[in-house]
Amino acid sequence: MATSPEQSSSGADGSSAAREPILSVRDLRVGFRTRSGVVPAVDGVDLDLYAGEVLAIVGESGSGKSAMSMSLVGLNRGPRTMISGTAHFRGIELISASERQLRSVRGKHIAVVFQDALAALNPLHRIGKQVAEMITLHQKVSGRRAKDMAVQMLGDVGISNPRHNAEAYPHQFSGGMRQRAMTAIALANDPTVLIADEPTTALDVTIQAQILDLLKSLQRELGTAVVIVTHDLGVVADIADRVAVMYSGRIVEIGTTEQVLYAPKHPYTRGLLASTPGVTGPIPASLPTIPGSPPMGAERPDGCSFAPRCAFVLRECATTPILASHDPSDSGHQDACWLGELTIPVPDESRSTL
Amino acid sequence: MRVTQPSDSVPLSLRSLAARRFGAVSWVGFAAWIIVIAFLLLAVFGPLFIATDPLRQTPGALLPIGSPGHPLGTDNLGRDELSRLVHGARPLIGIALLSTLFAALIGTTIGLIAGYSGGWIDQLLMRTTDLVLAFPSLLLIILLVSVTGAGPFPLVTGITVAMAPSFARLVRALCAREMARDYVTSATLAGTRAPRIMLVEILPNLTGPLLVQVMTTISVAAGFSAGMSYIGLGIQPPQPDWGYMVQAAQQFIYSQPSLIILPATCTLLFVVACNFVGDDLRDRFDLRRDL
Repeated sequence: MATSPEQSSSGADGSSAAREPILSVRDLRVGFRTRSGVVPAVDGVDLDLYAGEVLAIVGESGSGKSAMSMSLVGLNRGPRTMISGTAHFRGIELISASERQLRSVRGKHIAVVFQDALAALNPLHRIGKQVAEMITLHQKVSGRRAKDMAVQMLGDVGISNPRHNAEAYPHQFSGGMRQRAMTAIALANDPTVLIADEPTTALDVTIQAQILDLLKSLQRELGTAVVIVTHDLGVVADIADRVAVMYSGRIVEIGTTEQVLYAPKHPYTRGLLASTPGVTGPIPASLPTIPGSPPMGAERPDGCSFAPRCAFVLRECATTPILASHDPSDSGHQDACWLGELTIPVPDESRSTL
Repeated sequence: MRVTQPSDSVPLSLRSLAARRFGAVSWVGFAAWIIVIAFLLLAVFGPLFIATDPLRQTPGALLPIGSPGHPLGTDNLGRDELSRLVHGARPLIGIALLSTLFAALIGTTIGLIAGYSGGWIDQLLMRTTDLVLAFPSLLLIILLVSVTGAGPFPLVTGITVAMAPSFARLVRALCAREMARDYVTSATLAGTRAPRIMLVEILPNLTGPLLVQVMTTISVAAGFSAGMSYIGLGIQPPQPDWGYMVQAAQQFIYSQPSLIILPATCTLLFVVACNFVGDDLRDRFDLRRDL
């Protein structure tokens, strides 16, 4: 079902072989209660995260990628959400953990970087104070020491003249600097896992590249495992070791970045990649698209939820396919499609033109 | 920046000095600030500069304004009107400030807890608040004061109880709005405890509307304080108080109208000025103005 440690043998994450996952998610389901019934946002996700890897979760809006990652830190709890499943992290089961347990994990072991740094920073506190606050929350250090560590951290994320800029307020920073500041806050306690929810979406392209470089270098330096939630395949190619593709609340394909981006198996992944313009080659008059739109909320069909839009629908697609490896040679690469299951040869033509 | 000479620009006035330090201010707003500050200074320091005892009765009753030794005349018991007016500022302004302070503290606490917690805690706190708000304020204050007995402290209690719900409602609404913002989420995800999120993260972001509400409440509380003293449930004679002075002077409304006009005007000026200061603050904290 899920990636087991010994299966990961290729790709950038080869060192994770025979290692235990640090975060292990099993059958995670998140549903939102609305007037018209329960809308399932996450529909049975199994996922393993290994120490020091960068795992990208890609999918379009509403695919459940944010709902999934946020439920790991107990964020969307409430009377209107129904969450089930398990997520084991450092001996704590995050889904059923008490607020008290979660508080000891949040910020210290699992930190989060948001999309909109301006909104995520308190407008009335100085940047340095906000970093120092994160440190004093989880480490027993004096205020002065925390301040020094905060300045150090701001320097580490590439903010020039950190001692001076620590006294600035968020509105005095540029978008890129704010994102750097938020990264500094998130990494202040050297967390094991960093969840980055669309960290570059609100930035312009050059700043995006800078922030990704920063994330990558800090991640290598500190050995942080990063879960990066994005809909930008460019970000994935740039930074991720492994990719999980989500569609309609389920993971439809998972594997190393090379496997998923260069040898996609699931028709949805193939369609997604086909609709991305290439850097080289002639500029097409129009990009290929996947016909139709994702099922909204409660109207999800039985069986494979991509079936209504899929060019290769089979009779079996009325039954939900399981996420499994279909090729013994690259067993870390899994997809949830009957095509692989039934070993029906797919013509090479359709692979490339879909 | 070159310091502009008073001669080649707007004449250097107190208002332009204030504008230089605190930003543009309307004439009305400027006047209101001056009046409120003047009244506060009067209440705090005024009695120190008035040598005449406000309670000392002299044979010269109902002396007119401008009498020797009594610049504002005397009342029906021959007490110096100026001294009574200056001493009368303290109870009214003091009661207004104290009850506003307590109402703000209690209301803000309730509002923060309700807005932060949501769910049944929110419902319980806000429906209780609605219950108090449903009572006409004056009636509620009279009820509380008549249970505990007249005097400054029952009056402060009464006005506090009557004013706290509007703070609770305001803060709860503002807090609920802030809850949806990412900085609160990111504080939660940093592992911050709830009380700290409420006081350190959310509360500072509510300063503007809260200050406006404080000024409005001071003016309303001052009105209640004067009104309650007027009907005999507040400051008790012989202690000078503007509200009580108006009541006592009623019988001389034709013979010596200044005895009513002076304390009534003082009360009115203070109440209205507080309101306009509130308006000025509202303008200053209105972020849309800057966009």
